[in-house]
Amino acid sequence: MITFAKDFKRAAARVTADLRHRGLIQRALKSYEVKRDEFKGRYQNWSEARQAAAEIKWDAINHLDRYLAEFIAKLEARGTRVHVASTGEQARDYIVQVAKENAVRTIIKSKSMTAEEVELNEALEHAGCTVFESDLGEYIVQLRHEKPYHLVFPAMHLTRDEISDLFQKELGSEPTNSPEELTMIARRVMRQNYCRADMGISGANFAVAETGMISITENEGNARLTTALPKIHVAILGIEKILPKLEDLALFLPMLATAGAGQPLTCYNSLFGGPRQPGEVDGPEQFHVVLLDNRRTELLADAEQRDSLHCIRCGACLNVCPIFKNVGGHSYGTTYQGPIGSVITPHLRGLQNWKHLSAASSLCGACTEACPVGIDLHHHLLHNRRNAMKEKPLWWEKIAYAGFVFLMRRPLLYRISGKLGSIFFPLHKLVNGGPLDPLISWTKTREFPPLAKQSFQEYWKAKGKKEAPHGLS
Amino acid sequence: MAYPDHREEVFARIREALREPAPHRHGGYSEDAGEHTHTDEHPPDAEAFRAWLPAVGPRLEEQVALFAQNAAQLKADFRRVATLEEAGQALAGLSRENGWKRVATHRETPVAVLAEKLGLPCLFTDAGYATAELEACDAAITGCDALIAQTGSVLVTTRSAGGRALSVLPPHHVVIAERGQMVPDLATALQSVRKRYEPDWPSFLSFITGPSRTGDIERILVLGAHGPKQLTILLVG
Repeated sequence: MITFAKDFKRAAARVTADLRHRGLIQRALKSYEVKRDEFKGRYQNWSEARQAAAEIKWDAINHLDRYLAEFIAKLEARGTRVHVASTGEQARDYIVQVAKENAVRTIIKSKSMTAEEVELNEALEHAGCTVFESDLGEYIVQLRHEKPYHLVFPAMHLTRDEISDLFQKELGSEPTNSPEELTMIARRVMRQNYCRADMGISGANFAVAETGMISITENEGNARLTTALPKIHVAILGIEKILPKLEDLALFLPMLATAGAGQPLTCYNSLFGGPRQPGEVDGPEQFHVVLLDNRRTELLADAEQRDSLHCIRCGACLNVCPIFKNVGGHSYGTTYQGPIGSVITPHLRGLQNWKHLSAASSLCGACTEACPVGIDLHHHLLHNRRNAMKEKPLWWEKIAYAGFVFLMRRPLLYRISGKLGSIFFPLHKLVNGGPLDPLISWTKTREFPPLAKQSFQEYWKAKGKKEAPHGLS
Repeated sequence: MAYPDHREEVFARIREALREPAPHRHGGYSEDAGEHTHTDEHPPDAEAFRAWLPAVGPRLEEQVALFAQNAAQLKADFRRVATLEEAGQALAGLSRENGWKRVATHRETPVAVLAEKLGLPCLFTDAGYATAELEACDAAITGCDALIAQTGSVLVTTRSAGGRALSVLPPHHVVIAERGQMVPDLATALQSVRKRYEPDWPSFLSFITGPSRTGDIERILVLGAHGPKQLTILLVG
């Protein structure tokens, strides 16, 4: 309830005051921006490409029933087991069941925000499995028992020294301040895990309807190893990941990389169309694809905000958001942070509990500008505000606005109250910023602007007396 | 399926939700987006993408030059050799420089022949392999389906590259490609594998773009996160 808003405000206030933390985030995002612009510049026409991406996702989402059915049929025809889950709990239960049936003990996992959304690791650990996050950033936050800080860069809030300390404590490694050595420590640990894991779990970036394939985008190679070596591969993805045609990837893979990470293309973009097929030398014997609704259909039912399902989870809107840069990823308290998280979380987890995120915005529109599929993010924040108010109006706001309207419609009363205001305003100095200040929520962090000595009407009258108005002579 | 599936219920909700059409608002409200120029029935296709994505020249020489430029930025080692014999010499050079003791490959010409010429113990993945043995190899030598000039990528599949793991587990991946495999862009690469395999698709396809990398620590680039630290591409002809 209200505690989510309170937690957010408290966490945001703490991070905003932490200049070291903010410096770290802003430095990291600055280097991203430089690279992103360099590679965007290589496109012959980024804005046309972006519009095409928006149209393709529009087609996919607005014919989701057809494309999803095609995707499932194609996958099943080649021996993939598809499970459609209505809720996060059903998705978790299914995967736990697969693990139990196959006596799975050790699980290697590549990065998946959908798995985070349904808290899959907790469920698997509860069932007695050991889960290793293989993506370097995810592994670091897993060792710290933290949630990912950012959709795409889970450990961007940590310095190399903090990571070295963590590895020293958790893995017994030697201290080092070299990112390369730290990466090699994780590489060595994970190599053993790939080889002994009974099951690999991944997410997916795209689901290609026409050929029945999932597409996974990564840089490290951990998703490739996760899906190549264990005898079972489980992929969990939201139903909105659909792309109609295989060739659509020729547009989406580079755009995802450029918008999301400032790269022309990420290191590995892999497609998976089934378990090991006859004649193939390796690959899992079982391939499970878990398609998750978890209230995405509610977002789908809202025609006005349906385009927020076009999201390809690139994180570009986080990277440019002045709020994200100042309050940081953990303050949101959501799986999906930043502008897109503020737009969709109220749908996925309840409007009244999460409406405060839509107010935590300067409405500058940088997110909308950055979005590679043209989601109208900042207007959706406004839609959320409106919907929240429509659904559950605040009594004091209703009274305040009724008072305002009453006053505005009565010029005499308006003038009198203006006069009273300017008479009593100097008294505000006595309580300014203190506990008795009625304007405390403003004056806590900002100066209250002084009232004008004259009203506009008075000014206009006085001006008229001094000089004749410029007529049309 | 033993475990209850909820597809009926989810599909019913999707159909119900889609009864109300969504507005077309492509590109958001920002000023440069303007009115959409394409119709709902035919979203833009791969032919259209070419005009917007990074440009690629039509001639092979231009494409090879662009590939080389991209490979250099990605810190991949790209070399063009005239003949298979030269490819063999290049491989022998790599083997000496890096002190390879064991290599892995798959039975396909010319890859297998080149690998065997090194005179090192050679693991073939074709008949199955032990993961630990493959992990212990210093290099993997594989074929590929295509080289993509636009992005400096190598397209591999289970069939063209000896399985899923061969091209990712050993620390050095060497790709042997032929002149005819150079394509301008991702769309052409996808069209070419479609032509080759559909409907009998390999279960795995991957675009490999440079050696494995991460930026997860302070956004500083480190090569060789979990996959190969080195990627060498030998273009023959």
